[in-house]
Amino acid sequence: MVLSVVALAALAAAPLWGGRDDLQLLSQIYAYIALASLWNLLAGYAGLVSVGQQAYVGLGAYILFAFVILAGMSPLWAIPLAGIIAAFAAVSVAGLVFRLRGHYFAIGTWIIAEVFRLLASQVSVLGGGSGISLPAALVVAIAPSRQWRDFLEYWIALALVVAVLALIVLLLRSRYGLALKAIRDSELAAACSGVDVMRAKVLVYVVTAFATATVGAFIFLQRLRISPDAAFSVNDWTAFVIFITVIGGIGRIEGPIVGTVVFFALRQTLADLGTIYLLMLGAVAIVIMLAAPKGIWGLIVERFGWQVFPLERSVVVKGAPAAKAPGEP
Amino acid sequence: MTDWINVIFQGVLVGGLYAMFAAGLSLIFGVMRLVNIAHGDLIVLAAYLALVTTATLGIGPLVSLLVVVPLMAAIGYALQRLLLNRTLGDDLLPPLLVTFGLSVIIQNALLTVFTADSLKLQAGAIEQATYRLFDGVYVGLLPLLQFVVAVAVIGALQFVFYRTALGRAFRATADNQAVAQLMGLDNRHVFALAMALSLAVVAIAGVFLAIRANFDPSIGPARLIFGFEAVIIGGLGSLWGTLVGGLVLGVAQAIGAHLDPGWQLLAGHIAFLLILAVRPEGLFPRIRT
Amino acid sequence: MCEPLLAVRSLDAFYGDFQALFGLSMELMAGEAVAVIGANGAGKSTLFKSIAGLLRARPDAIRLAGEPIGGMAAHAIAARGIALVPEGRGLFPSLSVEENLLLGGQLKRPGPWNLQSIYELFPPLAELRHLPSTALSGGQQQMAAIGRGLMANPKVLLCDEISLGLAPIVVRDIYGRLGAIVAEGISLVLVEQDVVRALNATQRVYCLQEGRVALAGAAKDLTAEAIAAAYFGV
Repeated sequence: MVLSVVALAALAAAPLWGGRDDLQLLSQIYAYIALASLWNLLAGYAGLVSVGQQAYVGLGAYILFAFVILAGMSPLWAIPLAGIIAAFAAVSVAGLVFRLRGHYFAIGTWIIAEVFRLLASQVSVLGGGSGISLPAALVVAIAPSRQWRDFLEYWIALALVVAVLALIVLLLRSRYGLALKAIRDSELAAACSGVDVMRAKVLVYVVTAFATATVGAFIFLQRLRISPDAAFSVNDWTAFVIFITVIGGIGRIEGPIVGTVVFFALRQTLADLGTIYLLMLGAVAIVIMLAAPKGIWGLIVERFGWQVFPLERSVVVKGAPAAKAPGEP
Repeated sequence: MTDWINVIFQGVLVGGLYAMFAAGLSLIFGVMRLVNIAHGDLIVLAAYLALVTTATLGIGPLVSLLVVVPLMAAIGYALQRLLLNRTLGDDLLPPLLVTFGLSVIIQNALLTVFTADSLKLQAGAIEQATYRLFDGVYVGLLPLLQFVVAVAVIGALQFVFYRTALGRAFRATADNQAVAQLMGLDNRHVFALAMALSLAVVAIAGVFLAIRANFDPSIGPARLIFGFEAVIIGGLGSLWGTLVGGLVLGVAQAIGAHLDPGWQLLAGHIAFLLILAVRPEGLFPRIRT
Repeated sequence: MCEPLLAVRSLDAFYGDFQALFGLSMELMAGEAVAVIGANGAGKSTLFKSIAGLLRARPDAIRLAGEPIGGMAAHAIAARGIALVPEGRGLFPSLSVEENLLLGGQLKRPGPWNLQSIYELFPPLAELRHLPSTALSGGQQQMAAIGRGLMANPKVLLCDEISLGLAPIVVRDIYGRLGAIVAEGISLVLVEQDVVRALNATQRVYCLQEGRVALAGAAKDLTAEAIAAAYFGV
């Protein structure tokens, strides 16, 4: 606990010790931790495997751009607004996509993302197929100087990832979290125990969409430019996210964090990005899925029993030493 | 008016190709409840194999089927036996994630070997040949051939499934793996055969895809999506339904493209979403007990 | 021939951490019909699953004609001549009656049982052969399931609770035909809840209780009191 607070303080003070590149790198890391944690919430906890979360990354980003460009809104206010509007969209999407189950649900989410991408390319006021940039005036208005804007964006990134993680932990500790674990273990048993399965799933889906869109809006605010292919990129927002989570450890909160760190460490050391890197990632993900399905963090937990986020519930039998409840897969 | 008839016709013909994309997918899901996310990329792989085969052996694309189909079938058997059989079980994540990883690997491997250049297989004179159906309505010989092949493939799959011992083995294993084993069926082998059959169909689809249009390593996912949409529109568990699903998708796309070229894909997706909203079980679902 | 056809020695069986069988031993001689009785949860079906290969076992815990088969894959054990008629029949819903039978015979082991002889044994099936197996009544399904097991021309036929859920008259009908099966050279192990039927249809009986053999002996020698005591563990 103390360690976490110290680490957090050190990171918050990054503008003091880090250069512009460091801050940008850290912001990217935070964004991926957030996105991976949210995907993990959906897949690892709620059992909803989506390969279409890029739909909300892009949607959030496009909503922000729309409000800034068309309504002249300050980008900072547009970030949460993007999340909220995306959440409403997610409710409608859920109505469609939840008619599919399991593997088919996964592909359905992909199709939704494709539809969003195609629709975005049709909207010419936002650049159509080739994309558009944020108007300089509104961007500059965020902060007094470029340096302070960098700092502000960095702190927003940090705040976002902390908020996302806090949201996830709170959700999982709530009765919805218990419901989710029950559903994940056995949907039928959960339903028979009185859990409203559909409502729990839709809730998680919408909350995840809200958070993903918020992060997406921020990411593209920082990039200053958007295009349908970038906003709805399967590679950037799904492939990487999935690999990060699988390698780090599905179904545990620490997993995506570990995975993101590993991912970026690899990316920094491997000069050759792109195809070979993706190829390797894919291969590593497959190997891990087959050989160590609990990921790196899963292995660490089994070895050392560490736990950063207090989420395990223990079953205590009178007279017997406390046993850990069957928790994460 | 003839304009629209032409459009619908083109849609029907390309729908046959989509049905072929879908058939392999449908087969695998029926037998082992596996959705192969790398399915589209395997179609593209077949296209590239056809390219290499025609180039090295100097044979025509349609002749290359004789090489590519058995080759892909063998790849399918090995893939299932060595890799995918390990992912099967109650948990949804492993097969989904492993096939997703496979998809990424295939795409990037093809990218590394062949670069992102758009390629196409030349089939010669047959590509230009058209056939006049009636006033103002022309049908390309190649698309027609492809459609006929698609129907034949689906018919053949139907035959295998419902009139052969292999098909019985497929259906029995899909119903109840444990009891099927009691009858002497080795699940690992049955699943591998199913994947081999699926990839044989993929091979045919891939070769026709290569002849028909430009292809590059990245077009796999779109083919998966078309196949998937065709399956859902047609109805799970019905092979002929899958054919109809493919036709509906093809026609929807053709209509969309006719209205505005940028709307082609969107029209297809909308048709899919509409069916999902209004009749989620598909047009011809086979009720599974 | 004093070597048992099927020999089970000190068999343990587990479902995960839960132990269902504790050092269980039994044997079946060629040409015999043996019954395994016991209350629910006594381990009868578990025994069958272990023999058929659906549950892991030590290699020499189960021997068929002297060959250790414990732990082998189920399809390999089926190929060696053990057929299990599962509890609840386990007919394939996607297959017709005849297809179910054909599947049972797909190992193509030589023997007297084929489609025609099965239809002679169970005439009702002949009329129903093309119907989906789910369209049959309970009794007809049971006939189909037994027929499917026979199609493999096994050396040993394991029948798990074939009287379950069936009207007494139907059960009597089916049991009446079991004699023909044994006469053709198949050795039979019956798991039964209906104790009286089991005693009448077999030469020897094992009574299981909580994963162990509580009583064993010739069917005609066992008294009702002894059986009740073993059955309920009183």
